[in-house]
Amino acid sequence: MRYIPTTPEERSHMLRTIGVESLEDLFGDIPEGVRLRSPLGLRRALADPELLAYFRQLAEQNAHADRLTCFAGAGAYDHFIPPAVWQLAARGEFLTAYTPYQAEITQGELQAGYEYQTMICELLGMEVANASMYDGASALAEVAVMSRDLTHRDRVVISGAVHPEYRQVLRTYTAPLGIEAIELPHREGYTSVEEAKKWVDGRCAALVIQQPNFFGGIEEAAALAEVAHAAGALFVVATADPLAFGLLAPPGEVGADIVAGEGQPLGNPLNFGGPYLGIIATRMQFVRRMPGRLVGATVDAEGKRGFVLTLQTREQHIRRERATSNICTNEFLNALAATIYLSLLGPDGVRQVAELCLQKAHYLKRRIAELPGYGIAFEGPTFHEFVVRTPLPAATLVRRLAREGFLAGVPLSRFDPRMRHHLLVCVTEARTREEMDRFTEALKRVGRPRQRASALVGRRG
Amino acid sequence: MRQVFPLIFERSVPGRRAHGLPPLDVPAVPLEELVPEGARRRTPPALPEVSELEVVRHYTLLSHRNFSIDQGFVPLGSCTMKYNPKLHEEVARLAGFARLHPYTPEELVQGALGLLYELAEELAKLVGMDAVTVQPAAGAHGELVGLLMIRAYFAHRGEERTKVIVPDSAHGTNPATAAMVGYRVVTVPSDARGNMDVGRLEAELGPDVAAVMLTNPNTLGLFEEQVDRIAELVHAAGAQMYLDGANLNAMLGITRPGDQGFDVMHTNLHKTFSTPHGGGGPGACAVAVKAHLEPFLPVPVVAKRGGRYVLDWDRPHSIGKVRAFYGNFANLVRAYAYVRTLGEEGLRAVAEHAVLHANYLRVRLAPYYEIPYDRICKHEFVASGVRQKRENGVTTKDIAKRLLDYGFHAPTIYFPLIVEEAIMIEPTETESLQTLDAFAEAMIAIHREAQETPEVVKTAPHTTPVRRLDEVRAARVPDLRWTPPGKSAP
Repeated sequence: MRYIPTTPEERSHMLRTIGVESLEDLFGDIPEGVRLRSPLGLRRALADPELLAYFRQLAEQNAHADRLTCFAGAGAYDHFIPPAVWQLAARGEFLTAYTPYQAEITQGELQAGYEYQTMICELLGMEVANASMYDGASALAEVAVMSRDLTHRDRVVISGAVHPEYRQVLRTYTAPLGIEAIELPHREGYTSVEEAKKWVDGRCAALVIQQPNFFGGIEEAAALAEVAHAAGALFVVATADPLAFGLLAPPGEVGADIVAGEGQPLGNPLNFGGPYLGIIATRMQFVRRMPGRLVGATVDAEGKRGFVLTLQTREQHIRRERATSNICTNEFLNALAATIYLSLLGPDGVRQVAELCLQKAHYLKRRIAELPGYGIAFEGPTFHEFVVRTPLPAATLVRRLAREGFLAGVPLSRFDPRMRHHLLVCVTEARTREEMDRFTEALKRVGRPRQRASALVGRRG
Repeated sequence: MRQVFPLIFERSVPGRRAHGLPPLDVPAVPLEELVPEGARRRTPPALPEVSELEVVRHYTLLSHRNFSIDQGFVPLGSCTMKYNPKLHEEVARLAGFARLHPYTPEELVQGALGLLYELAEELAKLVGMDAVTVQPAAGAHGELVGLLMIRAYFAHRGEERTKVIVPDSAHGTNPATAAMVGYRVVTVPSDARGNMDVGRLEAELGPDVAAVMLTNPNTLGLFEEQVDRIAELVHAAGAQMYLDGANLNAMLGITRPGDQGFDVMHTNLHKTFSTPHGGGGPGACAVAVKAHLEPFLPVPVVAKRGGRYVLDWDRPHSIGKVRAFYGNFANLVRAYAYVRTLGEEGLRAVAEHAVLHANYLRVRLAPYYEIPYDRICKHEFVASGVRQKRENGVTTKDIAKRLLDYGFHAPTIYFPLIVEEAIMIEPTETESLQTLDAFAEAMIAIHREAQETPEVVKTAPHTTPVRRLDEVRAARVPDLRWTPPGKSAP
């Protein structure tokens, strides 16, 4: 049988050693009434070449980013991933390892975890980062609960310019605990400082914003931090692309108490949405309320530096129902990829990636602004995404542009039915001027009011 | 402290580069025009400045300082460390999956949605339930989804239930999840045979109980012999039966949770369905439910309409979203590849051999180590180091550390909490008789060492890249990040 090495002779030997006659004897403890005695009707097993062919055929039905030039972002970014990242991260020694509970033989992953924590702190300007969470959305939700625990206040105010799915997930996590999540409507694509002042008060555990925000806008983080702190609330910054902080002031420098982010852009493939990489970083004084695994440096019996999982009394396997979270796994492999990616970029590379994203996105933004029928929906500074007002419904536009070889962006009607003519467009460093020029041409063609077939015929005639 | 292996930061030389980023191919606009003054970064992050070769060597050498299934036996109980097929790695990396943006229009991702749909369908048949979601990122995340659904179900019925019952042998995630969903946790002890104490359960059941979370086979590696009776009692009290399906490997094609009376369950796809553990994640998880819980599944649900797959967001009773997008997709590709490689017969053989191998090891170790619940086990069994501790002053931790010198990963230790000096061993179906024998010989040799040269065991490991590490110091003086020279630690 595939992947089972035991031969019939070995099976007999083991059964004899155990003192039973057949495999069936090993299941005598299962009540007969719950035994399965009929076929399951599963699809038939596939031999290796058949399997590969079947999955290739499934994969071929998908319009992936090598087939459609990708201008979609919204929490999943098509940055260039240097091949070294996954040739290293996917080594069997990392890929097939378990959680490093036996630290002496898993120094590789533990040290990489410590390096990861350091790099995340550096990029975000924070004091401490954990060794990763499931994804950005669930990390943010856990941070909302963490804010409640730190402040003993049961309300969070979350900007309407935070990724809609992050907001949804936050509500799923907070509702059963009686934490009220108040949404601050965005004002023309940005979080309004004045509006925030109205809602952030002495009952508020945290003010949550996203930087750059869901619409690509660069928020007035420092001013919003002041609003939160004036009310004794924590300032929580979510981010869907930490590479922005190659250029933007890191959250720690503008008053963030906790950062919750998505690390997919740091060397992780699009993968149709997962696995991605949840980031949490905070101040050292809050570390004991932070969920998730942490790697710490220590010494061995001979005084040599080594690494272990630490501060585990926060975690479910020790603290059970009093743990900071139920989280047990993390996304170590994705964190490893991020560590390798950031090592390859270095301080110079993260700045360059951020600048390339910014400059190219602004080039496309200007080109689209000039197109008849199109416009830029919100005025203000943006990083690598912006919202385009489209002459026809954005979802229709995306479908038509797919035929021209482009994934034109994310129609915002997906999240808000009032935004039928709004398209969120993203440009990473992986896009070229030539691609953007062709894209602009295609937008122009597709956005032109359609001439009636009869009119065309008439003219020809 | 002596530094034997540098951090990547300690290899850094200012000015060194390892990236091949493209030059700017559009007219540059002055930064001041694009980013407001206060919003710009002033100092660069202290990331390492290294060459590409140095990065490659550093992480290759770090991989040599790691231990994994690809290198040797990892008998971690409750973790199901089976072989992770290379074919499935290749499949998961196909551009049509790996390069697919999650917000690509539905009609252009039919292959991906079809895969999710078929995986859910196969899993539902395999566990005997009516509907499956594969959105949760890991087992604990699946527990959260399951309990949120139970909570929503009772809220919909207008019933106020506040308690969740877990056995004392439960994974720590069970009580932690119940607390996250706002439930009070009640613990019920195990009986002398290692089953949940049904009498005590009965006493705790009442109109305030929302769910009983059972692990089956339980964390002692034993099948809950009265699972059908427990289900009857729980349902009579109006509560829901939740299965922690971490140990599904032992039941594939043998018995189905749906037939055992469970209403909702999760199963860790990185365990039974062989997606790689990745050093602690990413995992992946399926949550399966009976029909009455289906309206509460997280959105979106992959549905089939008129021969096409769609993402159904219009589900008014849904618990909402528990993560962004649709799940740990790349791992779901691997899990589905596993199901399709093995098929019905293969999956049944998996369970049979997982159980065969565990019982073989149990019998081989029984003369040397105490086995507190010594009966036919399922995919794993729990031994104890009490004898060695009492007679030789050698603890389970010492035995675990000594195993590392013998070239094995240690089993899960000190869990479940109800067994003193617990050593929880799960060999899986993919290990050979020769490996099982070698492991048994190592355990027996350590037993002898404990009697004859206990110091060797107590000071183990001796051959690993570092010696036993000071965990107390790590927790007392947390050092959680490297600090550039000249800067003070936070």
